[in-house]
Amino acid sequence: MIAGYNFAYLDEQTKRMIRRAILKATAIPGYQVPFASREMPLPYGWGTGGIQVTASIIGRGDTLKVIDQGADDTTNAVSIRRFFARTAGVRTTERTREASIIQTRHRIPETPLREGQIIVFQVPIPEPLRWLEPRERETRRMHAHADYGAMYVKLYEDIARYGRIATGYDYPVVVNGRYLMRPSPIPKFDNPKLDRLPALALFGAGREKRIYAVPPHTPVKSLDFEDHPFRVESWRERCALCGSGSSFLDEIVVDDSGRRMFVCSDTDYCSGRRAKRSGAEAA
Amino acid sequence: MSDAAALELAPDAAPAVAPPLLAARGLAKRYGRRTAMADVSFELWPGEVLAVVGESGAGKSTLLRCLSGQDEPDAGEAMYRRLDGTAVDVLRLGDVRRRLLLRTDWGVIHQNPRDGLRFGVSAGANVAERLMENGARHYADMRAEVADWLMRLEIDPERMDELPHTFSGGMQQRLQIARCLVTRPRLVFLDEPTGGLDVSVQARLLDLLRTLVRELEVAAILVTHDLAVARMLADRLAVMRDGRVVELGLTDQVLDDPQHPYTQLLVASVLPA
Repeated sequence: MIAGYNFAYLDEQTKRMIRRAILKATAIPGYQVPFASREMPLPYGWGTGGIQVTASIIGRGDTLKVIDQGADDTTNAVSIRRFFARTAGVRTTERTREASIIQTRHRIPETPLREGQIIVFQVPIPEPLRWLEPRERETRRMHAHADYGAMYVKLYEDIARYGRIATGYDYPVVVNGRYLMRPSPIPKFDNPKLDRLPALALFGAGREKRIYAVPPHTPVKSLDFEDHPFRVESWRERCALCGSGSSFLDEIVVDDSGRRMFVCSDTDYCSGRRAKRSGAEAA
Repeated sequence: MSDAAALELAPDAAPAVAPPLLAARGLAKRYGRRTAMADVSFELWPGEVLAVVGESGAGKSTLLRCLSGQDEPDAGEAMYRRLDGTAVDVLRLGDVRRRLLLRTDWGVIHQNPRDGLRFGVSAGANVAERLMENGARHYADMRAEVADWLMRLEIDPERMDELPHTFSGGMQQRLQIARCLVTRPRLVFLDEPTGGLDVSVQARLLDLLRTLVRELEVAAILVTHDLAVARMLADRLAVMRDGRVVELGLTDQVLDDPQHPYTQLLVASVLPA
């Protein structure tokens, strides 16, 4: 741990303020609670909201995992993991199962989360209605009245233009039958995982100064039409490394002649499956 | 002629059997020290079109804004009879229920289509939005209904997926009307619906509006400074000046035999056709 900083970087007063916001957010699932977001030693858009939430809830006994687009070894994930290793001295891991707190950008791990775990999302734009209503006063009123008919205009436009709901990520959901929520830019593939998730899900938007939450076991429903039901994407390919046919796949161009391969976006899930397979072969 | 006498004039000579759809009493609104509207009272019966005429600054738009929930009057009441027969004071209804009323029972058609349409989404989505606000969740059914309404307003359903800014001014106004009428409102507020359109387009729009209003038996409050528009669409006419209703009666009666000096002036100022 480096000297001269408080445990987990933020001062205790700030952490208490953020914890109060988190408690309120958890009490009203999907409702955006304003909080006094602090300057963090990283630029906006790199996870200033998520990192403040993590800093406020992390304790000495916690084990932290950080992923960026599913991967543990990308710049953003490595930097934030090292940040907490140095400022809080906590254990870090790449294993979903071993982590008590998982900070994530754009994915929910493939390994099912369990009770007692907390997943922290980095959120760029928390307001699902922002694209059609620029006035904050008006969007708050729409939330207060549960006046969400206009949100369906977006789905309608998708079908009119592309013949299907083309929104692939940040797909709007209704939490606990009440509040409309942006699940942060996770692929819609991950939306069903949020429904009745046994873990606590916290969402932090640093630039927009909002925190919201989905408490454990809360129903989360993706918006759809009766004749165009919500569907997740699927692939004809399997993961080229672990052979998984049920995980979210990234398409990677591997050479100049345009050859490509599909691999799991969740690196921990993929390597876990490979280790298990090579273990079985060795035995 | 006193206001009380004017109010005696029902749409027809026989006593009205149905109670009024909307009954306004003593509406008043001040902006600072300036009076925008004072002691405005009238009744509106189901299926009736009431035109409010007067020069700029007479309080016409203030009246419309106050009734349609876009502004709050300082005094008065406006009792609205809902479909179930119960009457509510729309001025003291509260935000949530007033918005519900605006989505289901009422419609507002603005002078400028930009105020009443979303220009970022297709024409079809603009009309479908009203349906979705009222709980429609079946895409194919909505498309069919939207296409039907576009046709009724003489917009080619082929252009359903185009953005409103590719439409002409008259088409935009007709699109706004389709968006408003698709949910079959019982009361429509029209604010200078033909303002900014050239004369031939105006005439077609008026013709269309008149047909639809009669066919759907929708009541309407029409604000206009154009007496020709009022004559064509309205059953009754209210003349406003300095925030007060100076004369109220059957349209042809008021226009052909004006009693109040101001109305006489107004009627006389129209160029003979």
